[in-house]
Amino acid sequence: MPDPTPSQTVGPFFHHALPFEGGGILVRPGTRGQRIVIEGTVRDGAGAPAADVLIESWQADAGGRYHHPEDRQRQPMDEGFDGFGRVPTSDDGRFVIETVKPGGVPGPRGRAQAPHLVLGILGRGILTRLITRLYFDDEAANGQDPILEMVPAERRRTLVARRVAEGRYHFDIVLQGQDETVFFDV
Amino acid sequence: METAPYRRVRPGLHPPNDSPEYHSTRLRCPRQPLVAIPQTLSEITGPVAVHGRIGPLDHDLTRQHAGAPLGERIILEGRVLDEDGGPVRETLVELWQCNAAGRYAHRGDEHDAPLDPNFTGAGRTLTDAEGRYRFITIKPGAYPWRNHPNAWRPAHIHLSVFGSSFLTRLITQMFFPGDPLLAFDPIFNSVPEGARGRLVASFDFGLTKAEWALGYRFDIVLRGREATPVVEA
Repeated sequence: MPDPTPSQTVGPFFHHALPFEGGGILVRPGTRGQRIVIEGTVRDGAGAPAADVLIESWQADAGGRYHHPEDRQRQPMDEGFDGFGRVPTSDDGRFVIETVKPGGVPGPRGRAQAPHLVLGILGRGILTRLITRLYFDDEAANGQDPILEMVPAERRRTLVARRVAEGRYHFDIVLQGQDETVFFDV
Repeated sequence: METAPYRRVRPGLHPPNDSPEYHSTRLRCPRQPLVAIPQTLSEITGPVAVHGRIGPLDHDLTRQHAGAPLGERIILEGRVLDEDGGPVRETLVELWQCNAAGRYAHRGDEHDAPLDPNFTGAGRTLTDAEGRYRFITIKPGAYPWRNHPNAWRPAHIHLSVFGSSFLTRLITQMFFPGDPLLAFDPIFNSVPEGARGRLVASFDFGLTKAEWALGYRFDIVLRGREATPVVEA
């Protein structure tokens, strides 16, 4: 049986290849659900903005259904939403994702998961993709989320986007050091 | 209804993010341990049909401009497989690279080498029913970087593959056999020693097209599933 091909960094020079038009805008005219904007900054261990980072996001639609054949839930899929985002950070380390608030989705052993996005972080100096999650601070279901509860309590807030206005959330990603974002082995 | 989880990532397969010889890792690698979590519907699903329309010349980097790019034309072919050796069908493969002189068509590349107006260095394709992909391109040049004194990247091609879930996503680099710069490259050498060979393509006479282009073969193996399906409650 073949062993997996090793990962390598995306490097600093991916911008002419990977970002695509509208990669950070997941909503289309017919997309169902509450439109939201998530914005934030990626920072390194010195607190400096990380300019050459690529964020890939994956989420369920507003009804909690993933656009994927292995999601066999009964509710219909929103055909106006595919759930995938890809945004490079700007020169000042910022990113913006325009999407809809995902519905809750099933979790391990029949428990529900609070609404969340899964994020893959790629960039210069990142040899193997970092995986994290983005939750929302106005969701009561966070308190019963089976994944959040596996994270040390004092670090959970690094996974929770802060509501700053109606439909707007702020979420920073800290690659290293104080307030380092929780990254997962999954 | 059955679904098998993906195999956990074993040590020794991928480069550790804490690889200080590659200087850019020093302020970007997490210092806290990763938190192990179970695979949920959020991870065993993933972007599988997000590629939009693939153009007929997207896989041929030598025909994307008015003229032919300078450099040594090559055919790059391989299969995308899972850990059981099965084909990963109809998955998006993206490729990017510098030109034959070692310069990227990127505003951040400050190397004093010429740009080629006939070469952008980006391509994409879908694998076929056997998991096969094929690109036509030119062999990229080596180029200097500022990691350490007299640092040079060996010729390499960046590859991005999705696979069937969020967990199969892979970004890697493919190198050329016999390159003397490999021994000095901290990015290549960040990979555990026993796994480095899997990043080196093989020269393939069978793929080489007479009086036209050399052929290189590079198979890509994505994370596979556990053998035993888990019955969902």
